[in-house]
Amino acid sequence: MISARGLRKSFQQKGQEPFEAVRGIDVEVRRGEAFGFLGPNGAGKSSTMRMIAAVSPVSGGSLRILGLDPATDGSQIRGRIGVCPQEDSLDTELTVAENLYVYGRYFGIGRAEVRRRAAAQLEFVQLTERGGAKVEDLSGGMKRRLTIARSMINDPEMVLLDEPTTGLDPQARHVLWDRLFRLKQQGVTLVITTHYMDEAEQLCDRLVVMDKGLIVAEGSPASLIAEYSTREVAEVRFGIGENESSAGAVESAVGRRAERVEVLPDRLLIYAADGEAAVAAVHDAGLQPVATLVRRSSLEDVFLRLTGRTLVD
Amino acid sequence: MSTWSMALRQSDYYWTLYRRTWKGSVFSSFLTPLLYVLAMGVLLGGFVEADPSRLEGAPSYLAFVAPGLLAAQTMQTAVFETTYPVLSATKWQRVYFGMNATPLRALDIANAALGFVLLRLVLIAIVFVAVLAPFGVFVSVPAAIGALLVSILVGAAIGMPVYAYAVGVPNESSFSLIFRLGVIPQFLFSGAFFPISNLSPALEWLARLTPLYQGVDLTRMLSLGTWHTGPALVHLAYLLVLLVVFHRVAVRRLAKRLAF
Repeated sequence: MISARGLRKSFQQKGQEPFEAVRGIDVEVRRGEAFGFLGPNGAGKSSTMRMIAAVSPVSGGSLRILGLDPATDGSQIRGRIGVCPQEDSLDTELTVAENLYVYGRYFGIGRAEVRRRAAAQLEFVQLTERGGAKVEDLSGGMKRRLTIARSMINDPEMVLLDEPTTGLDPQARHVLWDRLFRLKQQGVTLVITTHYMDEAEQLCDRLVVMDKGLIVAEGSPASLIAEYSTREVAEVRFGIGENESSAGAVESAVGRRAERVEVLPDRLLIYAADGEAAVAAVHDAGLQPVATLVRRSSLEDVFLRLTGRTLVD
Repeated sequence: MSTWSMALRQSDYYWTLYRRTWKGSVFSSFLTPLLYVLAMGVLLGGFVEADPSRLEGAPSYLAFVAPGLLAAQTMQTAVFETTYPVLSATKWQRVYFGMNATPLRALDIANAALGFVLLRLVLIAIVFVAVLAPFGVFVSVPAAIGALLVSILVGAAIGMPVYAYAVGVPNESSFSLIFRLGVIPQFLFSGAFFPISNLSPALEWLARLTPLYQGVDLTRMLSLGTWHTGPALVHLAYLLVLLVVFHRVAVRRLAKRLAF
């Protein structure tokens, strides 16, 4: 579906060096797959997505979408994919149903057919009852669902979702995830950017971790965790300002029970196969953390390992 | 796909938009010309006693000012329709970005938006001419139809560069320049209300260069039946060049705005 080789995007800046948002990435996305771009803000995810959506010209390297070249066949590519952009571009003065209807017409779909599809999509995103409501009266979660419904109006082979749940409350996120999961089951290829590791773990079969315009790791969520992290992580908190100074003592306390100890401003992360055993070793050494927590390793830990930073900086 | 069929795909959008707003605009589109013609033409004109030779051949001040008002009205409508609604589509509502994610191209998006502006101009101009006609300001029916068509061209030709500018501006403060330096001085000093021969020679030349003067003079020639082929062709060529050149600029600037 997507084939990128050495893909680059740079932006000209007045009186400055051009800013390189994407600095040469290779990506292959297969049909029916849910593929994720994970990375902090400014990693180059959205720039990559806009190039894949055939709206932003490629600055370097090669890119094929559905076997077509976005530089020459942009209009044709856009007719076969769906885009759910980071910023809603809904017309707030129109009703929910009108937004779907006029959008479907942009694809050249007949009037009767687009009405039928609009009704089906409203049903799918559970907005049928709000069909006559103005968009400005919808909640953030409903607007996102409407944008997803809109991106499906042309029966796309692939849907691009740029930060689909950013800014939504937990309940709205779960509703959205459920809908995306159903889409995936229908065989629609999904390409998702996110800086939430739980989102990536929930939705993506395969993902790349991006940082500063480059891909730093690639694989399934489970394989990335297995490769770059331990099975469990013990989070240990000491008093304010004492985390860093306690790091040495913790390291010698856990010894070979842990693979490594990461120091964050507010806590220490002990990477170990058995988190409980590591916490017990800390206590046995006479250290008195204010709080401890043992959890499963996540993509956040992968990212921290790869870049030395947390995802939401 | 031809841009014509691509632009037509957006007709449902603009029709939906129009259905939502026409009630508000229909009343003012009748009232505005009536108020203008009464205030400027009938009442103010009642104080003006001038020889037709000093009014570019018009038998009365009312007949002189009416085509000026018509041309000025289409200019104002065009400038309004190509500023705030455009910024809304590129910044506030980002509707153009939504369109750009579909098979529509910048050329198609611009053409549909401009087609919609043109339709507004046609409606405004028809109402304006219909309101003016009973005051006997057109020498004949063909004169009225000619003035109508030309006034639409004036609006379109002035709206085009404004649209080309508006698709690239970052925020609404950029528009105050257009209104303060473009619209208001042209409205007052481009021959709509008085013959520009009353200006000092330098200012008269400046006035002659403005698009509104070109349009006012052309509209007036038609409504008064004082057609002069040479100057008329110059005016027509001026307005058409404005239209064609800035259409290209507009499409290029919109494409750049959308493809960041």
